[in-house]
Amino acid sequence: MSDQLIFAMEVTLNGLMAGVLYALVALGFVLIYKASGIFNYAQGVMALFAAMTLVGIMNGQVPFSHLINAMFGGHTTHFGWTVPSLVAILMTVGVMVVLAWLVQVLVMKHLVGQEPIILFMATIGLAYFLEGVADLMWGSEIKTLDVGLPQGINLWIDETTFGIFGYGFFIDNLDIVATVIAALLVTGLVLFSQYTKQGRAMRAVADDHQAALSVGISLNFIWVLVWSVAGFVALVAGIMWGTKSGVQFSLSLIALKALPVLMLGGFTSIPGAIVGGLIIGVGEKLFEFLIGPMVGGATENWFAYVLALIFLVFRPQGLFGEKIIERV
Amino acid sequence: MKLKLTTLALGALMMAGPAMADLVFPDLSYRTGPYAAGGIPFSDGYNDYFTLINERDGGIGGVKARVVECETGYNTEKGVECYESTKGEGALVYQPLSTGITYQLIPKATADGIPMHTMGYGRTSAANGKVFSNVFNYPANYWDGASGVVNYLLEENAGDIKGKKLALVYHNSAYGKEPIRTLEELSKKHGFELSLLPVDHPGQEQKSQWLQIRRDRPDYVVMWGWGVMNQVGVQEAANIRFPMENFIGVWWSGAEHDVIPAGAKADGYKAITFHNVGRDFPVFDDVQTYVVDKGLAAGAGDQIGNVLYNRGFYAAMLAVEAAKKAQEIHGVADIDAGMMRDGMEALEITQELMTELGMPSFGPSFSVSCENHGGPGLVGMTQWDADTQTWSMISGFNPTDVDVIGALVAEDSASYAAEANIEERCN
Repeated sequence: MSDQLIFAMEVTLNGLMAGVLYALVALGFVLIYKASGIFNYAQGVMALFAAMTLVGIMNGQVPFSHLINAMFGGHTTHFGWTVPSLVAILMTVGVMVVLAWLVQVLVMKHLVGQEPIILFMATIGLAYFLEGVADLMWGSEIKTLDVGLPQGINLWIDETTFGIFGYGFFIDNLDIVATVIAALLVTGLVLFSQYTKQGRAMRAVADDHQAALSVGISLNFIWVLVWSVAGFVALVAGIMWGTKSGVQFSLSLIALKALPVLMLGGFTSIPGAIVGGLIIGVGEKLFEFLIGPMVGGATENWFAYVLALIFLVFRPQGLFGEKIIERV
Repeated sequence: MKLKLTTLALGALMMAGPAMADLVFPDLSYRTGPYAAGGIPFSDGYNDYFTLINERDGGIGGVKARVVECETGYNTEKGVECYESTKGEGALVYQPLSTGITYQLIPKATADGIPMHTMGYGRTSAANGKVFSNVFNYPANYWDGASGVVNYLLEENAGDIKGKKLALVYHNSAYGKEPIRTLEELSKKHGFELSLLPVDHPGQEQKSQWLQIRRDRPDYVVMWGWGVMNQVGVQEAANIRFPMENFIGVWWSGAEHDVIPAGAKADGYKAITFHNVGRDFPVFDDVQTYVVDKGLAAGAGDQIGNVLYNRGFYAAMLAVEAAKKAQEIHGVADIDAGMMRDGMEALEITQELMTELGMPSFGPSFSVSCENHGGPGLVGMTQWDADTQTWSMISGFNPTDVDVIGALVAEDSASYAAEANIEERCN
């Protein structure tokens, strides 16, 4: 087998793993869009906010300490304790639920019946607001996030592939964990939406708000639920990306990686987010590997969008999106 | 009664009026946004030095210094707005703190007669004072950084790096591309093989580049990154088990927050620098006494000695020394921007002066002239110790390749002069 082919196999595997990470971000967008028709611009910032909150809780940081100290002249920044990862994750989920409730009560509730573009603009405002609050609450320094996830080369894969091809493949342990977690997350979401009362209510709201209301489903409750689940997905994405790069402002930009995935997979399909992520991940990595050196490299960002646009030309609703049929 | 009223009105006017004698030093800071982690310690250091000078020495030549901070968020448009909104306050010198903002401000500041100091960033060829009358980039620029890395490798390899493979992982922007031309020239001169690996903004995803490094097995990797690209780059290098001692960053890729997220695996990573690191300098005792303990620190006071804090502190020291020089040249304490420019052009930093300031060997010795606004381009190497979580200097401030860099500076500045219709000065 030629070296080039072996390298291409390694690149493909890494592309699949990267795709899973993209899909994790895209999932949050899909959940909210599916249930409320809102394209949540703030999803990337929610990942940042969730990860910052998690690190802050784990480190026993006093929220808004800079503000409090500036106002009252103290120097306290930490409570003096640390919180175990699992407990901190649960507490962060709680914070994300509170955030979801606040978003619903303070913003979305007042915009029911408005044009989608208004709702979209509201999420842009929410994104900038959350960015500022996250900075004010936890500070803007880069924070190390360690919830015990393994990182670095997987030696078993390295040795096994070396035995077969004479070249050990590099697969990051963190990517493997992310894949397992994404699989569990998607399974959980599918089971939740298919087999629980709340899940079925969520689907009913997604299908027809008016009909759902007429059978006694609380729109408020469902939207809080949806924003909470999207907050949880944002937390998972924040943990994965934050473990790799430290928790910092740039986490909010991971949303840019989700957009081509959504264009390709469709805004309303959970499997679409996964498959879209995988296609984008593999596509951009292989293109960079094969064509990148000929055009000076750094092709991944734009190629992902080109790939998504090509799919859009043939399937405007995305691979798994619902086809919109307008009847006259 | 009338006299009383007049006296009261005059008194009120004097109290309410601006402090005319303040020496104003604007700081185009970025305490928010994606690069805040780097902007905060720089601005803290910059502010704290001026506070120290005011509190300990009573100002510069008896005149209080005032830092006017304007938040840019590292955004070029906001940077230009900040310049426009602060220049009327009597700004003496600008620290644009961004290559993009610098490029926008070069013609404006030159037209307004206000000097800019862009150490370690900005337009490299601004080192040519014959063309860039109001821009100064002493003590070192990007091309000095690239040459400094190669010189360090030459030293490590007994003067011979022929056939060695060097990969440049760079931010795919004008900033990231700065060292390419210099490295290409140096690869021809010294016979090393150069490969270029661009990383798209923001640099959160670098798997392809590091897989290629793993396949190509270069002897050395040089990183020209900023923001999240640095943390991910160090982490990915650790993941593929690239030897950290052969991984060298530019000075914008060599702060504490760039390596701490990777933990112990970042141990041994290196970065080129143009100023010293750590807090083992007598001046920091004064900062503690006159600034931090008095509750006047710009931040929490916990950044002292950190790489970027020291950089801001050093920039302020150079500004103060240039202001003193300007006062000396013009014989007045209340200097203006034009006088400040003259002071910057006549600046001389010696070891004796730095020792006197409580900052021995904090930076290289250098002098500025009408022709040379960049200094001699002396740079040193730092290395990260993950155990003690500290950077330390592992070399002195050594010369860079003046022949190669000088030719590139002359070429680029000549093209700017032609483009902007600038007549050379200093003749």
